[in-house]
Amino acid sequence: MSRIAALFNKSKSAQKKVLNVYCTAGYPALDSTLEVMGALQRNGADLIELGMPYSDPLADGEVIQQSGGIALENGMTIARLFDQLKDFRKVIEVPVVLMGYMNPVIQYGFENFCQKAAEIGIDGLILPDLPPLEFEVQYSSILKKHHLDFIFLVTPETTEARVRMLDKLSSGFLYAVSSSSTTGHEKDFSLVEKYLCRLQGYQLNNPILVGFGIKDKASFDQTTRYTDGAIIGSAYIKALDGQKDKTAIEAATKAFLKTVL
Amino acid sequence: MSQQIGRQIYLKREDLNHTGAHKINNAIGQVLLAERLGKKRIIAETGAGQHGVATATVCALKGLECIVYMGEVDIQRQAPNVARMKMLGAKVIPAKSGSKTLKDATNEAIRDWINNPSDTHYVIGSVVGPHPYPDMVARFQSIISEEIRWQLKEKTGNELPTHVIACVGGGSNAAGAFYHFLNEPTVELIAVEAAGLGIHSGHSAATTTLGTPGVLHGSKSIVMQTPDGQVVEPHSISAGLDYPGIGPLHAHLFASGRGRFLSATDQEALKAAFNLTRLEGIIPALESAHALAGLEQVAFPENSKIVVCLSGRGDKDMDTYMKHMTEFD
Repeated sequence: MSRIAALFNKSKSAQKKVLNVYCTAGYPALDSTLEVMGALQRNGADLIELGMPYSDPLADGEVIQQSGGIALENGMTIARLFDQLKDFRKVIEVPVVLMGYMNPVIQYGFENFCQKAAEIGIDGLILPDLPPLEFEVQYSSILKKHHLDFIFLVTPETTEARVRMLDKLSSGFLYAVSSSSTTGHEKDFSLVEKYLCRLQGYQLNNPILVGFGIKDKASFDQTTRYTDGAIIGSAYIKALDGQKDKTAIEAATKAFLKTVL
Repeated sequence: MSQQIGRQIYLKREDLNHTGAHKINNAIGQVLLAERLGKKRIIAETGAGQHGVATATVCALKGLECIVYMGEVDIQRQAPNVARMKMLGAKVIPAKSGSKTLKDATNEAIRDWINNPSDTHYVIGSVVGPHPYPDMVARFQSIISEEIRWQLKEKTGNELPTHVIACVGGGSNAAGAFYHFLNEPTVELIAVEAAGLGIHSGHSAATTTLGTPGVLHGSKSIVMQTPDGQVVEPHSISAGLDYPGIGPLHAHLFASGRGRFLSATDQEALKAAFNLTRLEGIIPALESAHALAGLEQVAFPENSKIVVCLSGRGDKDMDTYMKHMTEFD
């Protein structure tokens, strides 16, 4: 069983909600990637979404774009990331999914990328600018071959038929964007609840994690009433506040996750 | 100009369109479509401001809310168009990330659209972006080559030129000027990109020379990027050509050899603009001046009948032209 599937089995039987936290590779410092991941694991994150910085991150808001910009200035690349992570499974047990954009992955070589990611112990991929048709025709077999999960995003605008199609193409979990939005925006929760309730009613194959706009315990509890867990991104990046020091990263992560859990 | 070059040159006068460029062809089409789709809010990105002005114009006519994203750098260098958009009732929002030009304005517009999908239509101004935009914009702009055909027939008795030249940033006027000649093998299609300060100066927007296959703004094409796949910030004196990609149609024309790709530097474009102004009494847009500069790079056979797409007029570029006036006196 994959690490992600095992996580959801465990959390379901314990009636717990999964907390997925996003961090940007190479941020705050080039070499802080593993420190941030370690701090997240120690302080209660069940799953880590590790962002690969990109010059034009269309699906992300300002906070994550800025962190990615700093990471790129720090010199972060996919090759460097794989190098930083080559032994990460000795210290990180929680599932890790890589989030990024198609262009850097294509330049690295899609199959090379998947092979390398699987080799070091990455569990899945999120590439919001890879359309489902291209995925199905060109890429899904490569992911299967390397036993990597691939996670699609759905929004309140996504029709039932398309949600079901994306559920079928996804494995690991389905990423429910809490409104049709780029990351880090405030939400009207009554509309969000209606939408999450609708998704719950579909009884999909994959667990649902809701993301975008979650920043504290209140919003975490509210959205996870209808889902298997939630994803926090911008709020955590803000909390890190660019501090490069190891103890500061640990302290900021601890303080932040306390406000959520 | 025909005398100067020694060949028959025809200018396709898109600069005479209302709002001053070919951009209105697409803006009218897309806003009508948006109206039909029941959308109440129109957003657009703009580089030189011509697409922003065109979209704001159609929105004023139709009574629709209009928001235009424009790079902060472009807002400064195309001030007259910013003023026009504002007078037309549009809200101009500066894009402050990256190089603060067209690429970044496009990022912001796509983000806005992701956040407001139900009431908003995004009017993309070039043959870029996710499907169906490259196809749709090319079709709306194809009126350019449709008109070239019948206007040329009217003037010369034959609707086929030997060459069509157009500038390419994203490539909408070129897509329109080439469209009805794509399947006419006798017509040579020539695209002129912006070489900026020189192709290998590190300050250029000559995508086919400097770029490699990649994905930008939702389509796979040729993209100026680092070996790691980070998009490189381009440079051109012309805000409308200051883009690190080209539409996928153009990438295909380049890869298949159907199109011939040239480039003109900032300086060559300026020279061509002053040349046309003094010869013909037409002040071209800086973008279109790149197409004119391309004319000097080709050894055209005798009896060539060359159409240059004069995509826009130069009113918006007067600041830049005045700065360089003494060089060309």
